[in-house]
Amino acid sequence: MRFSDQFEQRFAEMLTHYPTKRSVLVPTLLYAQDETGYLSDEVIEELASRLELTALDVRNVISYYSMLTTKPRGKYNVQVCTNIACMLRGGEELLQHCEKKLGIGHKGTTPDGLFSLEEVECIGGCSWAPAAQVNYDFHENLTTEKMDRVLEGYAKKVTA
Amino acid sequence: MADLVSHPDEVKVVSRRFGMGATNLDRYLEMDGYKAVQKALGMGAEAIVNEVKNSGLRGRGGAGFSTGLKWSFVPKQAPKPKYVLCNGDESEPGTCKDRLIFEHDPHAVIEGVIIAGLAVGSHTGYIYVRGEYRYLLDIMQKAIADAYARGFLGKNIFGSGCDFDIYWHGGAGAYEVGEESALMESLEGKRGIPRIRPPFPAVVGLWGGPTVINNAETLASVPHIILGGAEWYANLGPPKNGGTRLFCLSGHLKRPGVYELPMGYNLRKMIFEVAGGIPSGRALKAVVPGGSSTPVLKSDEIDIGMDFDSVAKAGSMLGSGGVVVLDETTCIVKFALRTMKFYQHESCGWCIPCREGTDWLKKTLIRFHSGGGVKKDIDNMYYLSENMLGRTFCPLGDAAAMPTMAFIKKFRQEFEDHLDGKPCPFEKAGAAVMV
Amino acid sequence: MADVNITVDGKKVTAPAGTLLIEACKSVGIEVPSFCYYPNLSLQGACRMCLVKIEKMPKLQTACTTVIGEGMIVTTDSDEVHQARKGMVELLLGNHPLDCPVCDAGGECELQDMTFSYGAAESKYMEPKNHKEEQQWSPVVYFDRPRCILCYRCVRVCGEGMDVWALGVQNRGVGSIIAPNKEDHLECEECGMCIDICPVGALTSGAYRYKTRPWEMTHVGTTCTHCADGCKTTLGVRRSESGMEIVRGDNRDKSGINGDFLCIKGRYAFDFANREDRLTQPLIRKDGQLAPSTWEEAFELIGKRFREAREQHGGQAIGVVGSNRTTNEENYLLQKFARVVLQTNNIDHHRTADFPALAAALKGKPGSTASMRDVFHAPAILLIGNDPTEQHPLLAWQIRNNVRLHRAKLYVVNSADIKLRRQAAAFLQIPAGTEGRFAAFLAGDDSAAEGLGPVAGANAGESPAATQNQQTTLGGFREQVRGEQNLVIIFGAEIRGGDIASLVKFGSGVAGAKLLCLADYANSRGAADMGLYPDLLPGYHPITDSGKFHEEWGGVPQAPGLTLPEMVESARSGKLKALYVVGANPVGRFAIDPFVFSQSFVVVQDMFLTETTALADVVLPAANAYEKSGTFTNTCGDLQLVKKAGEVSGSKSDFEMIVRIADAMGADVHKLVPFGRGTTADMGQSRGAQSGEADRHAVWLEAHGLEPKMSPFDPTAILDEIQRLVPGYEVSRLNLVAGSDQHTALVGIATGAAQDPKLIAPATDNLFSSGTLGRYSRTLNSVMENHSRQPVESEVAAD
Ligand SMILES: Cc1cc2nc3c(=O)[nH]c(=O)nc-3n(C[C@H](O)[C@H](O)[C@H](O)COP(=O)(O)O)c2cc1C
Ligand code: SF4
Ligand code: FES
Repeated sequence: MRFSDQFEQRFAEMLTHYPTKRSVLVPTLLYAQDETGYLSDEVIEELASRLELTALDVRNVISYYSMLTTKPRGKYNVQVCTNIACMLRGGEELLQHCEKKLGIGHKGTTPDGLFSLEEVECIGGCSWAPAAQVNYDFHENLTTEKMDRVLEGYAKKVTA
Repeated sequence: MADLVSHPDEVKVVSRRFGMGATNLDRYLEMDGYKAVQKALGMGAEAIVNEVKNSGLRGRGGAGFSTGLKWSFVPKQAPKPKYVLCNGDESEPGTCKDRLIFEHDPHAVIEGVIIAGLAVGSHTGYIYVRGEYRYLLDIMQKAIADAYARGFLGKNIFGSGCDFDIYWHGGAGAYEVGEESALMESLEGKRGIPRIRPPFPAVVGLWGGPTVINNAETLASVPHIILGGAEWYANLGPPKNGGTRLFCLSGHLKRPGVYELPMGYNLRKMIFEVAGGIPSGRALKAVVPGGSSTPVLKSDEIDIGMDFDSVAKAGSMLGSGGVVVLDETTCIVKFALRTMKFYQHESCGWCIPCREGTDWLKKTLIRFHSGGGVKKDIDNMYYLSENMLGRTFCPLGDAAAMPTMAFIKKFRQEFEDHLDGKPCPFEKAGAAVMV
Repeated sequence: MADVNITVDGKKVTAPAGTLLIEACKSVGIEVPSFCYYPNLSLQGACRMCLVKIEKMPKLQTACTTVIGEGMIVTTDSDEVHQARKGMVELLLGNHPLDCPVCDAGGECELQDMTFSYGAAESKYMEPKNHKEEQQWSPVVYFDRPRCILCYRCVRVCGEGMDVWALGVQNRGVGSIIAPNKEDHLECEECGMCIDICPVGALTSGAYRYKTRPWEMTHVGTTCTHCADGCKTTLGVRRSESGMEIVRGDNRDKSGINGDFLCIKGRYAFDFANREDRLTQPLIRKDGQLAPSTWEEAFELIGKRFREAREQHGGQAIGVVGSNRTTNEENYLLQKFARVVLQTNNIDHHRTADFPALAAALKGKPGSTASMRDVFHAPAILLIGNDPTEQHPLLAWQIRNNVRLHRAKLYVVNSADIKLRRQAAAFLQIPAGTEGRFAAFLAGDDSAAEGLGPVAGANAGESPAATQNQQTTLGGFREQVRGEQNLVIIFGAEIRGGDIASLVKFGSGVAGAKLLCLADYANSRGAADMGLYPDLLPGYHPITDSGKFHEEWGGVPQAPGLTLPEMVESARSGKLKALYVVGANPVGRFAIDPFVFSQSFVVVQDMFLTETTALADVVLPAANAYEKSGTFTNTCGDLQLVKKAGEVSGSKSDFEMIVRIADAMGADVHKLVPFGRGTTADMGQSRGAQSGEADRHAVWLEAHGLEPKMSPFDPTAILDEIQRLVPGYEVSRLNLVAGSDQHTALVGIATGAAQDPKLIAPATDNLFSSGTLGRYSRTLNSVMENHSRQPVESEVAAD
């Protein structure tokens, strides 16, 4: 199992931050997922053995956190918030728009593997609602037109 | 990233350096940066605790507990290391303020953590930032590294002979992890299940050591208190509600945004003056005053001061400072449903009443909103919420029950208008019912 | 600890400081309901059933997590409290399938009981319940998520109790689910504790599910027939076409030495008894083939041939092999029959531990053996050799839980990295075969230390003491152990003969030390204690000093007899004219050349056709330990009742068969079994639901150890004699009959003739095997096959 040097460096550094090895687990899982796209059995086994945990332990933790996934998803994960503040300002319509535009539903992935869509809970963009995140990028004060541009921007990134 | 707003009524304390490039350590130092820590180093633990106590600073995470008092619960001597834990898990719907602090003034949080550490005799702090805020974690990481580079962190900080370490830590998506004991579990690499209390974190916390847990805004306020003095800070707000607050105004508003206003600021003014009122000339229907878990206020209940005690007197809570404004076109049933959908999704599932209760409330509300409701559902939902209230393992169950009860109590008619197969009176023609 | 006074429902309660409120309430008979609370497991506070009102507290509090405080005033049954509990049950039932009529737990379900108590059966919900398909996690474990109430008992008993950690919780919220360690199946010790501890029918047993309803079974508490630890088990029996069928083994009776514990064998491996290839008719070899015969024909033939052998060639021409799985009464009777009727000391059994050496070394040191209960309470334990997790599952449980709950110090010395190392404060790895030398070293022989190294360090476990032990030297280790008090010294069959004496010597230097010798089968200790030796009478009396037995029995042959290998040799040279094998399979076990016995008349009593029956002239179908009454002595010396549960018609107990053979030989049966002297028992005519049903009635009597001693087939008559003549067995009959374990002291009579340590052959059974019995257990076989299975990809992700 190979991760990037940056991952290894950060992993090694983080281990020194805590009195127990296991404490690095949650952020490490997310960093690993950022590199591998999802938490495969291989990644799980690897991290379990590094942290002296059982694979079961690691799976228990993964399945608790909503950002972690054991299934592959698109290169760009479009996360549309529909929680109260966003809902009041068109978050649901925005989600519907994305569904139509991408042709996929909640937790779906486009056939080309470029986009996944997810309806998410409050992402802390309430005062700039409606808000969405694509991977870790925030996009706020969205309208359907603005959303289109956002999606096009990501699509272009790949072809460029 | 997020747009900043401003209003003449604002009293900028925590937001003083917003938009001023304070992520740059040199800029920060030009703006009184790290002066508070240096002052605190000369004060002694007890004096710091007293200063914070007298400032009337109450927890900005939601519960509004006196920060100084909380610090005083940490035992002087302890067999295990003591820790300071900054709660930057900000996930309460309607809340988006800690985000601005991390983005614009990360060193203030670091200072706050160090001062808390000095107050309780701890030498290690952790700053936990929710996983979705990756860019803030990166900012925080850099700020910490910069502080180390200057010797503000690490061994013998400011030549005081005192050591202090701070580590950053990222979450991975879970509202419940914002609850203090679940936060510690998460930091220890586990599922975010709350712990049994007592013992409280101040006595047995992270890895068994006494731990002070404070919200990021709380901690970012501390340096200002140390520099400005308890009296100054206390006098910014009404008695027992010292200082200012970052209010996150959202929903049907002309100028939504995060405004720093003195504690006790009038809610009506906040909505109609500071945030510019409601667009398109629509009427106000209701306000959720402190994040999604706080009971809703009707439009005639908003002539109140926004401080912990006044909002409590009005039957709700100041909570996390998330003010969500609903205009007359909002369907309360739909709003209640979306709220419950959140709690159902975020319940950790540990205890029966929260796990099962949120699920049944959500299911019932879905059916109810789509026209399948029957009369007894309304009482059933109320009864169910009552059975959750005060009986769950942690306050998440209460957070789900309280708003539901308020929606039903205050807007019963609207629930009844959905009965007997009637379409939702607020649904725009043709729009699908979305859940 | 100081006592604390509280008031519960107006009653004054005093309990030690630190007591949990729920336990304090229980102590005065106030039952606070609970699902997630389970004594000796970590606290959860999850089910919220135990909410009570405590004065001065605004909210209801969980009695399961509240530690009592002086002056606390508690109300456990107000309207508010009642409503809170009712509310919880309603919430649970909302998603509960209510398939009680077909649920295995129906009638034994805590949720059912709770619903009954709180009247929460009215459904408030119109929504469909969350559904999820049932899963099979192993041949013996099934999981039905909709029935699960998430009390986490299974997770905790598997992790904290078993140290297996095969169960976890996945997802969150209403999607939370108990998950097995290999995604869609379990890889574990298959103990089934999770099933037993489940308050509802979410975890069910592959061996029992859908077989019957709990109330249709008769429950018989008896002793497990597999390993030498002697767990108390409850067998559920039901009438079947061929007698009484055992349908379930479980742990309803928590009063036994095993408390909550049972291993896979105790819980499921009763199924050998139900096999259709059980022998149900005597077989006599005719024209080279074993053919069915009548009992009369068989006994007559045996009686004639044994008598001929004795009269023509003398007792030394007859050999007897006894069993490690027959009762004490049967073993005693067998050796008495051999010595008195067959007039031979040629009697032996499959020895798996050197009890004679221990008895000899303990001469003059009464009270020096540890009971199974001691292992749970001792402040310090030294374990040399063996791998209890595999071979003594209960002992391992006791050790683990003693460490966990009482912080006992465990010292492990082993040639392998055994699992119990995880609990050890210090661990020494020594080369295989040097255990005996290590014993000598402990006893002070420093020269024995050579070759014991290299010393692998201590357990790197949690305790600082352990880390500190990293540099442990042999000497340091010895000093540390010597400094303990009330140490229990446990040793496996690696240590024999003089090395046992060394351990005893070391033990006598440690205040309050006790010893525990590990043997392998359910009644190995009993076989040894009852004198299945060619040179030792019951209670390890040397044959040369037969004193009271001589008197009582009217003569015992004086010369020591032949050991098992010697019998084989004697047969080979044509001297052994007859061989009587009771409940053993020496040919299979010791790979004996079957042609050796071609000139001997061989009689075998067994349940199945084995390598040994293959060369028998007569085979008698035997009942097993679940089908008869008597007593077993576990490896510690704890004496317990064996009660009749199942019955397969056509078989007879070994006891009865021995008596019948003696009778057929013309012996005075009354002398052999002194029956008809004693007790008149409760005949049970008035036993409520059981009355009027003759066979059930008999089961009841036997199950309660109340067989009237009016029959020559009554083992209690022999128990009387054992209690009279075997030193250490003078325990309370009352307690024994009441179902309690009674520790028998190992009383050394004489330093005795040294036994040949080479005669000891450990059974090398593991968790999933159990000698010949194991081979006939479908469950054990299916579990073994299953454990080589590859994991299958499946879905576990959260929403
Ligand atoms: C379900 C739940 C979620 C919470 N989420 C947060 C959060 O995201 N951020 C936060 O600061 N406090 C949160 N809290 C409050 C914390 O438990 C804790 O009271 C707070 O961090 C203490 O800091 P303070 O005294 O400075 O407010 C939450 C509480 C509950 C019950
Ligand atoms: S109330 Fe119970 S289920 Fe809900 S989040 Fe808290 S502990 Fe978990
Ligand atoms: S028994 Fe107390 S909460 Fe379950």
